[in-house]
Amino acid sequence: MRRIRTYYETAATGHDVVRQVTDQLHRLARRLATVRHVLAVASGKGGVGKSAVAANLAAALALRGRRVGALDADLNGPSLARMLGAPHATLRADDDGIEPATGTAGVRLVSMDLLLAGEDAPLRWRQPPAPAGPHGAPLPTAFLWQSMLETGALRELLADVRWGPLDYLVIDAPPGTDRLARLLELVPGLAATLLVTTPSEAARHVVAKSVRLAREAGTRTVALVGNMTAYTCAACGHASPLFHADGVRRLAETAHAPVWAEIPFDPTLSDTTDRGEPAVVAAPSSPAARALAALAARVEAELETHAASARPAHADAGRETHTGAEQEKGAGAAPPPGPYAGPSEETP
Amino acid sequence: MKFLCLGCDELMAFAERQLPGDGTMAAVFACPRCGREIALLTNPMETQLVSSLGIKVGGRAVPEQPLELVRSQLATGRADAFDDAHPPAPIAWSAEARERLERVPAFVRGMVKRIYTDYARERGIPEITPAVMDRARQELGLEGM
Repeated sequence: MRRIRTYYETAATGHDVVRQVTDQLHRLARRLATVRHVLAVASGKGGVGKSAVAANLAAALALRGRRVGALDADLNGPSLARMLGAPHATLRADDDGIEPATGTAGVRLVSMDLLLAGEDAPLRWRQPPAPAGPHGAPLPTAFLWQSMLETGALRELLADVRWGPLDYLVIDAPPGTDRLARLLELVPGLAATLLVTTPSEAARHVVAKSVRLAREAGTRTVALVGNMTAYTCAACGHASPLFHADGVRRLAETAHAPVWAEIPFDPTLSDTTDRGEPAVVAAPSSPAARALAALAARVEAELETHAASARPAHADAGRETHTGAEQEKGAGAAPPPGPYAGPSEETP
Repeated sequence: MKFLCLGCDELMAFAERQLPGDGTMAAVFACPRCGREIALLTNPMETQLVSSLGIKVGGRAVPEQPLELVRSQLATGRADAFDDAHPPAPIAWSAEARERLERVPAFVRGMVKRIYTDYARERGIPEITPAVMDRARQELGLEGM
């Protein structure tokens, strides 16, 4: 039998698929090189208030004078643009990329919601002409390529947006551990993954899987955010548990993950955030807003402590606090490069 | 994906791509030593799989446009989602070409116009006509645009 040279025994070509995919990942890494800390707000479980936490965390960090971007990675159920007060922004596009919208407190924002035609428009992709199946009926094919396309769309939202110099890029991850896994592959070595959970046992069970996923993907810090942990009486201020179970504490113990915040159930949080004014801005003294502001302080303290221990002392010289207005103009020197080196040079 | 000319033990080079508009694609590769040509033919599902990766069989003729995949594949896009900046020097568009451009979904129209304009400018073409658009589409491999 004659021997045919293998793929790896032949030279690389400019049109190679591997080369093109590698180029895409390099492009993503270059774009994120101006971001000091990328963190994901995720869960794995739906309906735990993840997007409200992400929106308020982004706004709270911006209120602390940090340059903040927010990416809504929940392509099928996007809500961050509305929560951050920019539901109808038009995005300026040129050859270099897309200029993000500006949301509450100057947060630089991109969401699929800004691209969809109307509030009730679902995310739907163009269908290729369907080939005929075994009995002549059109063969459904979307299940084959849809998730691939959505991963590509997420990559573009990360790589093609002119995020500019940022202290924090907060990614609102989609529900579902499979989608979290895809995000973690695209952005390896996240500074932190904050996993939002409620005290319910069902949430604990699912979020435990996300803890493991995030750790195995190399996230530097995995921390828990307990949401709806208690109900505070508006009259007397007494806090009572909302669930009989204490899944947040149990998860913290079994997964050895720190709890960075416990956010009480607070109607003000959804009232304000749903109308595009995050509670940390519109009702800063409400119980949930205070917990979220404390979360922002904790995020900053933890990540800055880690960053300080990981870089030489002179690297912080000249760093200043930036206001939201400065952030909008993209003012200030570029921050130290982020940790996203991108893929290694491919060889085939 | 590479093609090896077995007779010459030489990698074949990408030569041409054709998109007849029915979702299929033909990509031609030729051996640089003996000149032998082969055509890779894909059905609509295979073409879509390649498009979903955001790559081009045979490589890219123009740099990837920002959000190219989203803009070329999203069926439920908002018409005024983007404000597309256009290059300063004007390139003329014939009435027929303009009419054809108007039929492109508004969500992606700005990006497509920029690609055709860049194509014409780089080749010194003073006016974009449907024929120029066809040529650009073939040469640049504008699947789905």
